[in-house]
Amino acid sequence: MGLQFKTETFRDDFTFSNSPEAIHRFPFPFDSDSYMYSVNIEQHMPGPPKSHVEFPIDIDEHYVAEMQDRAMVLKEDPLRCQALPHMLTAEWDLVELLMESMSKHYPEHFSLTKDGDRWHWVNRPLGIDQRFTFGDTATLPYPPMEYVTRQCQGDFALIDQRNDMLFMDAGMITTQADWSLDFDIGMSWTEWHGPVPLAHDLGIMDRALKFLLNLQQGRPVRRLNWTMTVNPRLDTSPENYHKWGVDRTTVTPENVGDKVHLRVELQALWRLPRSNAIVFSIRCYLIKMSELVTIPKWGRRFPRILKGLPPELAEYKGLTRYRDMTIKYLEQFDDGAPTSPGFFPD
Amino acid sequence: MSGGVEITVRVAEIEQATASVKRFRLASASGEPLPVFSAGSHVVVSMDDGGHRIRNPYSLIDRAPDGLSYRIGVLRTPNSRGGSIFMHERVSVGSELVITMPVNLFPLIRTGRKHVLVAGGIGVTPIYAMADELRSQNAPYEVHYAMRDEANGAFAAELVERHGDKVRLYRDDAREIIRVEEMLPNQPLGTHLYVCGPEGMINAILAGGRAAGWPVENLHSERFLAPPGGAPFSVALAKAGITAEVGPHQSLLEAIEEAGVDAPYLCRGGACGQCVTTVLSFEGELIHNDHYLTDEEKASGTKIMTCVSRLNGRELVLDL
Amino acid sequence: MTTLSDIKSRPIYAGLKVDDMARRHLVAAEGEGALAVIEAFSRAPDALDRTTILYCPAGSAAMGHDTALADLNPDVFHLAPSPQTLLVRLNVMLSTATMGTRLYATGTEGFIGAVIAAALPFGVDHHSIYTEHRGSLARRVQCVHCKGMTENVTATPFTCSHCGLTLFVRDHYSRRLGAFQGVCVDAEEPGVIPPVEELYK
Repeated sequence: MGLQFKTETFRDDFTFSNSPEAIHRFPFPFDSDSYMYSVNIEQHMPGPPKSHVEFPIDIDEHYVAEMQDRAMVLKEDPLRCQALPHMLTAEWDLVELLMESMSKHYPEHFSLTKDGDRWHWVNRPLGIDQRFTFGDTATLPYPPMEYVTRQCQGDFALIDQRNDMLFMDAGMITTQADWSLDFDIGMSWTEWHGPVPLAHDLGIMDRALKFLLNLQQGRPVRRLNWTMTVNPRLDTSPENYHKWGVDRTTVTPENVGDKVHLRVELQALWRLPRSNAIVFSIRCYLIKMSELVTIPKWGRRFPRILKGLPPELAEYKGLTRYRDMTIKYLEQFDDGAPTSPGFFPD
Repeated sequence: MSGGVEITVRVAEIEQATASVKRFRLASASGEPLPVFSAGSHVVVSMDDGGHRIRNPYSLIDRAPDGLSYRIGVLRTPNSRGGSIFMHERVSVGSELVITMPVNLFPLIRTGRKHVLVAGGIGVTPIYAMADELRSQNAPYEVHYAMRDEANGAFAAELVERHGDKVRLYRDDAREIIRVEEMLPNQPLGTHLYVCGPEGMINAILAGGRAAGWPVENLHSERFLAPPGGAPFSVALAKAGITAEVGPHQSLLEAIEEAGVDAPYLCRGGACGQCVTTVLSFEGELIHNDHYLTDEEKASGTKIMTCVSRLNGRELVLDL
Repeated sequence: MTTLSDIKSRPIYAGLKVDDMARRHLVAAEGEGALAVIEAFSRAPDALDRTTILYCPAGSAAMGHDTALADLNPDVFHLAPSPQTLLVRLNVMLSTATMGTRLYATGTEGFIGAVIAAALPFGVDHHSIYTEHRGSLARRVQCVHCKGMTENVTATPFTCSHCGLTLFVRDHYSRRLGAFQGVCVDAEEPGVIPPVEELYK
């Protein structure tokens, strides 16, 4: 049975919402009632059926709408997709990874057939039928990374490894949580994580770097990261902050349930075969507070998390202005009962 | 399993490349294509010597155009703990072996404007793959390959055939030696040098690079250590509650694996740091043979790389 | 030498020292950076006959540093009227330079950033460039919204010289751009601007 793709928007009238099935499979990132920044990396192994980690690349009901939103972002600001010239091999690696995974796990929507280097890609939801030569950039309408990531949910960064350091040298970043690809491209691991508070002092960044330098082909890893966003806006870029920043002042006790969203990133990393580069995928999931509380365990746990959040983290995540109002709303759904360990609904 | 995903291969072809080097074609046992790899990668080959497991890293030379096989080159080393002798004497066409996924600790620097590849003896195997990759990318490069004599230059003819006048050969018996001071000064800014070969050669080439005023950031080498033997000692694994003996020709990692403990590793050659293990206590002296830990870490007595390092003493207690 | 704050994305300017091994020394200096060059090369006079110095006095025009540098008597000394003209010459020299050339950059942070950014396309690893910060702490800032660069920013917030937004200077530095990031300061409450602080004099 194929996915039913929704018609919805992530800007202007913000018609985005989650179906009950999408709420149930939401990657709720807290396995206990308190939160502290940590590496929390695990193998990116197939998870339970219908969960967000059933397949390595997750396609869901928001696919078509998200791809339309990405196209709009790129039309306004082409700098959201950039690649330094030495990353071309890695771009082709990414084409292979995404097309193979999407066609294998969603055969009713995507298909890939190969005759040596001559590939035939069909994307039914977006109405694309493309024959091209793998490795020959002139046979695609866009550069390889841009071509494939215009057709895959999630942001993607391609990371080069040189002299025992990682460099973010290419990316398609249109649903970012407040960081600029145009500014950060070319940075080393340490440089681009510069603004993350606490993590450096905890030695987390150094340990994660050592781990990723030895990331193995065939053994991808993942972690969850989270923040909050007012309105279901995918494009919370610093580039447009002067346009969306004001959203943060529009939260009222009446609209908090629908306006405030938990934004979870499923971050996954793969070692790429031809280039020895790493692809870092950042797959964004949004859920309204009013949707979140339909899972009683999450409705109890999330206000407890927000209350215990260190102020510098709250500031970094940009939720200082509406944190108290959100806690107040959520506390209606917290009867004080203990919550069961783990992420999943009871 | 701690080395990652494993692949079963069958030996499809063995070629006596020189008096002391055999080239093996390892074919996918399942019939599925083997993973694509980046030049400079190695796999760890796992051999079953009558219930005794030997694991050695070998650089990948190439992958067949149909993707169904890799080639590796194995130098028979007289003081081998058994790995290269096993490959030379016990492995025949049809033998099954288990390999890890390719791992690259010797990658090409893709921001480089030109690449100078230097190989000595069996060190040619990663260099061979690098030259092929640079050719396919139309990047500027040159290859310098030193060998004992013509009979030992199995790779020489293939290199010349594939790369023409980009290859320069040096024969020890003709007293031809690589002259770093002639090779390096006029290379364009942004050139990177890669060397793989005997330890002495690597050291000489890297020193020559510095003497030519090259920044260390542009000088790259790969040295795989065979785990040096030594006096036997016992190792206690605190978490597992097991004590095992490390034999004189066995590495610490091999003894841990033989005791049934799944310890982490990647390169098994002292380079990658994956097998770094916390030392809880020891009686005697730690012999650090790796290229990974800092001098301070080595002196601290709290960390050890189990793949190449050992104890000169009675008992070592590890946090495993 | 100025000690700079603990910003992870900002390069460490470790100070100029002459690389004895280098076959050629290519020095790009601006303003007060001249003093760093004089100090380093006075300690290694033998290197001077293999040294090219490109210098632009910028804000230090009245200080006579150009004469002091010329008095070092390097193999080549070129006095450039502006950082831009210096960079034009540097680019041509990098395109024909050989390995064994050590690149040095000293002066304000914006100038060092521009030299590093010029060298990157020639395959030079930024770690191999020796740098020393001298002179003003003024920052070069890129507006994240319109991408316009504003030079010599000494205070935060400031007005973007291109799009006119009021920008807060974030402690986040891009080597590729040689610039700090400027972000709209009143996005959440338009017109509410915090007091100006002169932080980067």
